[in-house]
Amino acid sequence: MLKLLKKYRKECVLAPTFKLLEACFDLTVPIVVAAVIDNGINGDGGSSYIIKMVFILVALAAVGMAVATAAQYFAAKAAVGFSGDVREELFKKIQTFSYSELDSLGTSSMITRMTSDVNQLQTGINLFLRLFLRAPVIVFGAMIMAFVINAHIALIFVVAIALLFAVVYGVMFLTVPLYKKSQADLDSLLLLTRENLDGARVIRAFAAEEREIADFDKKNAALTKMQYFVGKISALMNPLTYMIINFAVIALIYFGSRQIDGGIILQGSLVALYSYMAQILVELIKFANLIVTMSKTAASKKRIDEIMRIEPERTGSDISDISQKIGDAAVSFDNVSLRYGTGGDDVLSNISFDVRRGETVGIIGGTGSGKTSLINLIPHFYDATGGTVYVYGIPVERYDSQTLLQKIGIVPQKAVLFKGTVRDNIKWGNENASDDEIIDAIKLAQGYDIIEKSGGLDREIEQDAKNLSGGQRQRLTIARALIKKPEILILDDSASALDYATDAALRRAIKTVDATVFIVSQRASAVMGADKIIVMNDGEICGIGTHDELIRSCPTYREIYFSQYPEKEADA
Amino acid sequence: MKTVKKLMRYVSTRRFSLIISFISALVSSLLALYIPILIGKAIDCAVGVGDVDFDSIKTILIKIAASIVIIIITQWLMNVQNNKITLGAAHDLRSDVIRKLNSLPISYIDSHQSGDTVSRVISDVEQISDGLLMGASQFFTGVVTILGTMGFMFYLNYKIALIVICITPLSLFVAQFISKRTYSMFALQSKTRGKQTAFINETVANQKTVKAFSHEARSEEKFHEINERLKTTSLRAVFFSSLVNPSTRFVNNIVYAGVCLFGALAVISGGDELTVGTLISFLSYANQYTKPFNEISGVIAEMQNALACADRVFEILEAESEVPDGAESVDLPDTIGSVTLDNVRFSYDKSKTLIEDLTLEVGKGKHVAIVGPTGSGKTTLINLLMRFYDIDGGKISVDGVDIRDMKRHTLRRSFGMVLQDTWLKAGTVKENIAFGKPDATDEEIIAAAKAAHAHSFIRRLDDGYDTYIGDDGDLLSQGQKQLLCIARVMIALPQMLILDEATSSIDTRTEMLIQKAFDELTEGRTSFIVAHRLSTVKRADVILVMRDGRIVEQGTHYELMSKDSFYKQLYNSQF
Repeated sequence: MLKLLKKYRKECVLAPTFKLLEACFDLTVPIVVAAVIDNGINGDGGSSYIIKMVFILVALAAVGMAVATAAQYFAAKAAVGFSGDVREELFKKIQTFSYSELDSLGTSSMITRMTSDVNQLQTGINLFLRLFLRAPVIVFGAMIMAFVINAHIALIFVVAIALLFAVVYGVMFLTVPLYKKSQADLDSLLLLTRENLDGARVIRAFAAEEREIADFDKKNAALTKMQYFVGKISALMNPLTYMIINFAVIALIYFGSRQIDGGIILQGSLVALYSYMAQILVELIKFANLIVTMSKTAASKKRIDEIMRIEPERTGSDISDISQKIGDAAVSFDNVSLRYGTGGDDVLSNISFDVRRGETVGIIGGTGSGKTSLINLIPHFYDATGGTVYVYGIPVERYDSQTLLQKIGIVPQKAVLFKGTVRDNIKWGNENASDDEIIDAIKLAQGYDIIEKSGGLDREIEQDAKNLSGGQRQRLTIARALIKKPEILILDDSASALDYATDAALRRAIKTVDATVFIVSQRASAVMGADKIIVMNDGEICGIGTHDELIRSCPTYREIYFSQYPEKEADA
Repeated sequence: MKTVKKLMRYVSTRRFSLIISFISALVSSLLALYIPILIGKAIDCAVGVGDVDFDSIKTILIKIAASIVIIIITQWLMNVQNNKITLGAAHDLRSDVIRKLNSLPISYIDSHQSGDTVSRVISDVEQISDGLLMGASQFFTGVVTILGTMGFMFYLNYKIALIVICITPLSLFVAQFISKRTYSMFALQSKTRGKQTAFINETVANQKTVKAFSHEARSEEKFHEINERLKTTSLRAVFFSSLVNPSTRFVNNIVYAGVCLFGALAVISGGDELTVGTLISFLSYANQYTKPFNEISGVIAEMQNALACADRVFEILEAESEVPDGAESVDLPDTIGSVTLDNVRFSYDKSKTLIEDLTLEVGKGKHVAIVGPTGSGKTTLINLLMRFYDIDGGKISVDGVDIRDMKRHTLRRSFGMVLQDTWLKAGTVKENIAFGKPDATDEEIIAAAKAAHAHSFIRRLDDGYDTYIGDDGDLLSQGQKQLLCIARVMIALPQMLILDEATSSIDTRTEMLIQKAFDELTEGRTSFIVAHRLSTVKRADVILVMRDGRIVEQGTHYELMSKDSFYKQLYNSQF
């Protein structure tokens, strides 16, 4: 990820350099003041010398402001530009992920990385470029100046700085992990709160309010106790650093006055040493804040890197032209098995079947029987763990993914639509579709009533399609697949929210489409008319055939059918 | 300002801590201001060779050391007490809110986005506590420091004091000027950022759809466009706001130079009895004088934010709770299970009546099937029976007792409920099944799971009954979740049942097994079933047919089929 920073190399060098200059000017000020005291007041420079020196102070202030402004600009430019680039890289990366990678990452973790983690990166880089040189330069610069003035007294600086570092480091060493822990406590409170809202009906139905509250109280008390404990430790930081600096000042005056008495240093030098001590404290506190910010930034960077580091699975390959169709099978499965992730059981095993071009295939079976897993292999959303899936006689993994997906229209179980007009959404299936074609597709999907009286194709769909009912969403997603004029159409339980009448009309309409059709459903009525029905049970095929064949030969199918048509059982 | 008063209630419960914090802040800030004067005096005692007053220096240094010790003690005391006050206030707020949430009517929860409410309880309360902490620790000390510095400066030399006091406001003015200009840039930045976040949410959450339609390139294009806009607006906002620091520092440095000039000249002229030491004290005051101003303006912004957050939290706390159970409300430990609806009137939106004059008598053990097309309001009756919503007119009684005269817990416990929305608690499988009966034994839990046909899949989970189900429950399929919900009811079986038959989530085979279990379960139990299956409907003692939120027909299957009913239409459309 840091290679993206290269683009901002110039800014990354200039910002700290300007900050460094500013620090040097800051370090000059006490010397000038010392000169005012020693030469102007105590010496014989007089008022003209004083005025000259003060003029230098004003000049230092002006130049300091100029370089600081430049530094802020370059730091901001590098931080904003870099984090914007990272965000874009992340987004592009996510676009390349396969289904199984998306499954393992999870939506919310990807979103937080793209938003709050990248924002943290921006803040961190900005602060880092501004402070990482300034603070050490002031602290160690002050120490060096002290050595220039008087080596003996400078030892006080060495001791004070060492002690300050020890205190700051110690407090942070103790508190940072504790802060993380209290953040985790806060997260579990968040979870509980969400539960109390999302589960309100169930909690009340089971009269479990008191228990939920007691649970919350326990976690709330734990969080508060933890925060209080951390607070007590970090409350030590200010008093302790204050104490170290001021005791150092006492030592400074004590030994300094002896040196003055012995004529080794002048009064102005003592004053300069005192000013340096004050500067150190201010910078050190800033530096401590920088370290806190940087440790947060490092955590964010690590999370972003986790995503950046994923090598997307190899997709696509040699075949982008499928004019040479081999055989007359549109889709074939040859002893296919599938397992998600590394652990767990096979969700599909021993799947073998052939589907000829233009056939309608029904897939029926229980929840978790592997229906969706099966059809997800056809567009190569997942790699089969064993065996081969062929489309037009060619193994799916040999296709370029664009080419394969162009041929396939899929209507997933979850009816997802995007913010925008109905037209925009349907066009996902075919960018160049005309309005007439879009309307035809919607009509075919039995969804014309959705737009007829409510704005036509310009009807706005809200985020998450909140302004549409489940059935309306399903019909529009079907239209989105139909507009592709796909050679292979896959409907994954996509009529579940439709009433039986609409469902039946939709099935009649689909029959007119010239394509190989897969219909996944739990309703026997939806698959009954198919040329071929595949009955799934526990990841395996337990029957393939027409309705009549299966009624005779497949007990699972019979069970399903008669549970939905009990009155037919008597006839059979 | 009303919000401030309400917030103060949470702070003032820790009065003792508050007093200690105030006194500590006063002592430590005044002493901290006294130290530069002492240092100035000490420096005056060391003028040059042979001109050093060691005795006086020693006395002064002892005074400084004593002051330091007092300062660190009071500072620490103040910090700890402030922590105690603010963390305590946050704790109390959260504790009050969670109680409130559990007493709010379901209509409130239905009509407010849960994400928004969660962020009020968690992040808003955090921000209140942060704001209070900053206010407590910096506001008061800031004011004391400003007044103290002014006092000490006038005490030392009023002319130079006037210089400092007159020029310093310039730095505040500059800061104000810049932040006013940058406000609109920040507003633009957050607007653009909001747009981008919405786009990210939408695209990434539905990444699979994006892939299925090979829409990646077009999504990237759109993202790039928003991202570039965000970069431009961010750069402006970040850069201009970061000008505050160099500008105010510049003004401070000018003040410093001014003090140096006039101070040094005054020392030479000797007219004002100004010494080098006094000049040093002045210079340190000039250096730190603006700091509390900046801090206070920061605190004010933070406090305003905290108050806005507090408003959001108090909105919840002040929402109207469910009418509490009356003092005379009855406990009905063993219901027989007869339910009567007497001229019930109800609507969600009071301008549009949904249910009017609904009269229904359901005897013990009878089954009521509620049917209708999708979105016809079949769950309304459930809401009324469970008193998730209160009826507008008429009466619902269980065993002859008006449900409004019953304790809510009693009423709700007397119904076993399985909804289509399969909510599970983040916890183990075991905890979820025992949700309705926390003291259930392992045997009872397993028995319930077996009865719900959930045992076999639970056994296959990695940790069996101890498998942890996360908050999204992604580990389980929709059907498996439904089975757990059924097991949850099985474990403590009440006399009455409310069931929402699953449509697509549970497969037909499993559903059939469940149906068998439900048949045994509902046998002799009064049941209200939102029905999707004809067999359930046909066997029901009464069918309520819903359409557009209203109950349009009522009767048995054969009664309804014998006339030209909407029910008949529905029934026939299945074939």
